[in-house]
Order: sequence, then C-alpha cells, then structure tokens
Amino acid sequence: MPLLLEIKDLRTAFDTAQGRLNAVDGVSLKINSGETLGIVGESGCGKTMLALSIMRLLPANGRIINGEILFSGRDLLKTSAEEMRALRGSEISMIFQEPMTSLNPVFRVGEQIAETIRLHQHLPAKEALALAVEQLGEVGISNPQKRARDYPHNLSGGMRQRVMIAMAMSCHPQLLLADEPTTALDVTIQAQILDLISGLKQKNKMAVVLITHDLGVIAQAAQKVAVMYAGKIVESSAVEDIFAHPLHPYTQGLLESIPARCGQSMERGAYLKTIPGSVPSLYNIAPGCRFYDRCSFADKECAGEEPPLAEIQSGHFVSCWKYSAKKNN
Amino acid sequence: MPNSLVEIRKLTKKYTLSSGLFNPQKRIIYAVNNIDLQIFKGETLGLVGESGCGKSTLARLITRLDKPSSGSITFKGENIFSYDKEALKAYRRCVQIIFQDPYSSLNPRKSALSIVKEPLTIHRIGDKKTRTEAALEIMAKVGLNKEQANRYSHEFSGGQRQRIGIARALVLNPELVIADEPVSSLDVSIQAQILNLLKDLKNDYNLTYLFISHDLKVIQYISDRVAVMYLGKIVELALNSDIYNRPLHPYTRMLLSAVPSCNPQKKKRMMNIKGEARAEKEEGCAFQNRCSYKTEICVKMEPRLEKFDGRSFCACHLAGSI
Repeated sequence: MPLLLEIKDLRTAFDTAQGRLNAVDGVSLKINSGETLGIVGESGCGKTMLALSIMRLLPANGRIINGEILFSGRDLLKTSAEEMRALRGSEISMIFQEPMTSLNPVFRVGEQIAETIRLHQHLPAKEALALAVEQLGEVGISNPQKRARDYPHNLSGGMRQRVMIAMAMSCHPQLLLADEPTTALDVTIQAQILDLISGLKQKNKMAVVLITHDLGVIAQAAQKVAVMYAGKIVESSAVEDIFAHPLHPYTQGLLESIPARCGQSMERGAYLKTIPGSVPSLYNIAPGCRFYDRCSFADKECAGEEPPLAEIQSGHFVSCWKYSAKKNN
Repeated sequence: MPNSLVEIRKLTKKYTLSSGLFNPQKRIIYAVNNIDLQIFKGETLGLVGESGCGKSTLARLITRLDKPSSGSITFKGENIFSYDKEALKAYRRCVQIIFQDPYSSLNPRKSALSIVKEPLTIHRIGDKKTRTEAALEIMAKVGLNKEQANRYSHEFSGGQRQRIGIARALVLNPELVIADEPVSSLDVSIQAQILNLLKDLKNDYNLTYLFISHDLKVIQYISDRVAVMYLGKIVELALNSDIYNRPLHPYTRMLLSAVPSCNPQKKKRMMNIKGEARAEKEEGCAFQNRCSYKTEICVKMEPRLEKFDGRSFCACHLAGSI
C-alpha cells in the first residue's frame, strides 16, 4: 500500500497565560493507505492536538512551529487556507468524541450531511440530499429516509456517532481522523461503531488515524500503534508486537494497569500494578527522559539527555535509554 | 447465610415524560422496574449495565435522594422511606456516596480540608479541633498529605480530586459506600491507583460497597457478586467468577464479548452485537430485539429472575440451555 501521510518532526506550541508549552513536541510518523494507525496515550499527552495539527484546525492560541505534514506528497503546512478548506471534509475528514456537540442542533441531520456534499461536490441541493440519505444507509442506520429528517436530539449517542461518520465519509476521504470516536459510548455500541469504521475503511481503501486512551480498542481495530507521552511518541510498532513485547516502561505500565488484562482471570485480592505519579506538566520540561520520575528503571543517565526514538527491532521503535547504545559509552 | 445490610423489595421508580404541545402522548419510563436485591454486609456488589439502564436511579433511591413509585428498601431491617428527619440524618451518616465526576462534585471555593471536614460539621461530630484532626487523618489514609490540605480543588489532578471525594465519603465512618462510576473519568494508570485504594479502604474500615460501573473489567476486578441491569431490571445476579466464566443471560454474554480484548490475535468476536438498549415491545422479554437466541416464548412472556444451579439468578427463559 502506498504511503499516504508522513509527518516529520512536528512541533505544535501554545501560548498561554502561564507561558509557552509544546503540546506536540517533535512527532514523526507514517501512515499507508488502507491502514489504521492507533495513537494511544493518557489525557493531556497531545493526541488531539496532533490530529488538529493535521487538519490545521488548532485553537487560536496554538500554532505549528516546526515540521512537515506530507499528504500524498504535498505539504499541508504550505497550502493556502483556501486549499486547506477544500481538502477538509473531502480528502481528510475527522470525527470527534462527543457527537452531540459536533452536530448542529437546529438542523436536520440529513441537511447537515448534504451540506458537506454540496460544498465539495457542487451538486444541487436535491441530489446532495439523496446522497446524504444513501450515506446514512451506508453507516447502518435503518430507515434512512425517515432518519434524515430527524434532529440530533432525536437520536441516541450511537446513532449520532453514525451520523458523524456518514458526514465524514460522504465525500469518500482518503484519510479519516477519529478522535476518541467511541469513548462516550457503551461497550456494545462501541463494538458496532468500530466494526463500522473498519468495514468502511476496507471498502474505501482509506487510512484511519484512531486516537484513543483504550488499549483494548487499539488491539481490536488498529494495525500499527504509536504510544504518546507528554507530547512525544515513546514507542511505535505493529499492533501485535506492542502487545506481545512492549518495550517502553510507560507502555508496559499502561498494559499492566488494565484490570483483567487480556481476559486472563485476575487472582482475587491481588493489587493492580500502577504507574506512580502523574503526567508531568508541559510548561517546565526538565532535560532528559520525560518519563524519568515515574519510571522504575530510571537511573542518572536518563535525567541527563532525552532518549531518541530508535528502531530496536525491525519496525519497532522505542525511545528509552534501556535499549539504546549510548548507555555503554 | 451472610447478613444482609440492605434489602430491596419490588422497587419501582417511574418517570412520566410530560405531554407537550407538539407531543400529545404521555410516556412512562420505568427507570427501575420491580427490582429485588440484597446487599450483604462486607461484600462488594458490582452493578453493571449500559447507560440509561437505571443504575444511577437505583443508587439515588438507596441513598434516599429520590423516593420510589412503589416497593421498599430496608436498611438493617428498617424501611428507609418511613424514617423521620432525625432517623434520616442518622441513615445518611451510615450511607455515603462517591461520585463519578471529580470536577463537578467538589466545591471550587473550598479547600480540600474544608470539603472533607464538612460532613463532620453537618452532623455535629466533635469540635473544631477534632474535626480537623479526623479530616487530616482520613486524607492521609487516601494519600493526600498535610501540605495539600489547604489547596483548592482546581489545584489537584483528576485522580487526586477523586481521592478528596473518597475522603469526604469516608470521614463519617459509613457502613455502606455507594461508588457511582468512581473511576470512569480517570486515565487507566490513575484508575488502577484508585481501585487499589478502594480495595485497601474496604478492608481497613469494614466497608460494604455498591460499585456501579459500565466497565466490565473494573467490575471484575473489584466485585464479589455482580448484578447486570438492563432497562430497569436485573437480568442476572451471580458470583463474580460465575458471571465471567459462565454467563447465563444472552445480554451478559453480549456485554462480555463487546469488551475489546487486549490481545490483537483475538479479533473475532463470538457474538453478533446489534441494536441499542431500547424496549420496542411492551410484551415479552425486554431484550428480545437484540437477542440472537429469541424463541416464541420470549415474545409472549416476560422472564422472571429465577435461581439457576442453586447460586446464580437469571431472567431468561433459555438460561442453561443456550
């Protein structure tokens, strides 16, 4: 499959009252067409800001200060605002965590989908609406003709997310950014939505960036995975590798803190393993590894210099001095 | 037979959706529908179900924040709905709640110490000095130090705020703690810290927990017994190990197979997961529209919660044969 999106050394900074912080701090990654890349990390690690940087939809106080985002070879950071607007919704689409706040409450859902189609495909209103209804059927909404006339508040959370997906898919994008698409949903609805996304992905041969904090969702839906911590990618590999042999102490800690991991029955009364402390503030990043003060393997060297993201095994990258040669020098 | 602390009998809470100008039909929603349930002293009873199934309504009824439409709840043999003002206050001292959202459940204008101290003031326990001592002691127990006591809630992270909420619930030395989705809004590494803490506190203070969650992994970790709720009813009630090793109700099975496994090799799901939690017919089993085992009887008759194998309870006509 051809390379669709390549991000090189992306840095996104925010100017706030407390000073400047880098929400995304030197992220590089690649996504091929037809592939799902899972991005996993705790809240505040920069997952969402990474996605918004790709869309160039950052909040007013945020800006991209360094890097390249190559989409089909073309640098999104150098395209004009107008070109970017044409790309959004047609070639790159995004779905969000909370479908209620992303839909307009005063318009019928059919019209909202049709709007996207009208704008990008320049079709008359009637045809656009017909396509919108078809799209609703495509995402598994029964009786789409009738549902298209509903307002968002008439629909359940799962249905709203289906509407969001229908809207995102309406122009057959090559890249879908899904930011915690199932976090607000029940497990049974989550399973249905994940199946829907992966079905649409295969049918349209698009690439998906799936952002989540749930490692289970990653294991089920992604082919590749990148673990983010404090604005950086600390480990990335094929999904099978990371669950079988997690290398970074943070990834290991995340996996161990899941209750009843991998369906193995827990010993009754046993304690869960935890990662001590919490995510560091991004305002005053100390030199050295960002996981330093929470890591049980850390030693003096880790505090000195930040470890590079190095390929330890083929296709398996990790940023930790435990695996890098520098320690021996 | 273990001692039952709370006994819920034929409890029903219905809400009437008022008829509006554009919506002439009145609709009645049964948030809790004819539930019988016991909570035994010293156990952790896990209550699991999808959103809107009535878990939180049940918690509100047990804490007497709401009154039922019919049925009763007894606490140590006394009906909690016949309590007078005095008795109710005493009851509230025995039953405390930990809320889901540590952001909206703490007063932003009070320091952590005064939040934890407040229940003692309300119940007029001790004097100023002993209240502060008691509050600091429980705060130390949940992992908050003296220096943090005078900070305000916005200075704390989500996990630390939840620790404040836990300290506030425990400062009165309650017998029953109702934890309504206490870890749902926390990151997984913090969630593990809080779950370990809740486990420790239960042993140290001889607590009984009603632990409400939609997360089956969390419920599996913490519970002794598990009640599965669907559309206002309990559809399965069994020991933790039974629920996870031999789920009887098709809904329990559907829930379990919907939990994403952390093993990428196991991508195939055992069950067809379909539909949403919504009753479409008045007659028969409430789960019939999503059930893949549906037979004739399921359409006609509503199954009751019946004993199975001498220890589990399940409300399904086909329990044991599927």
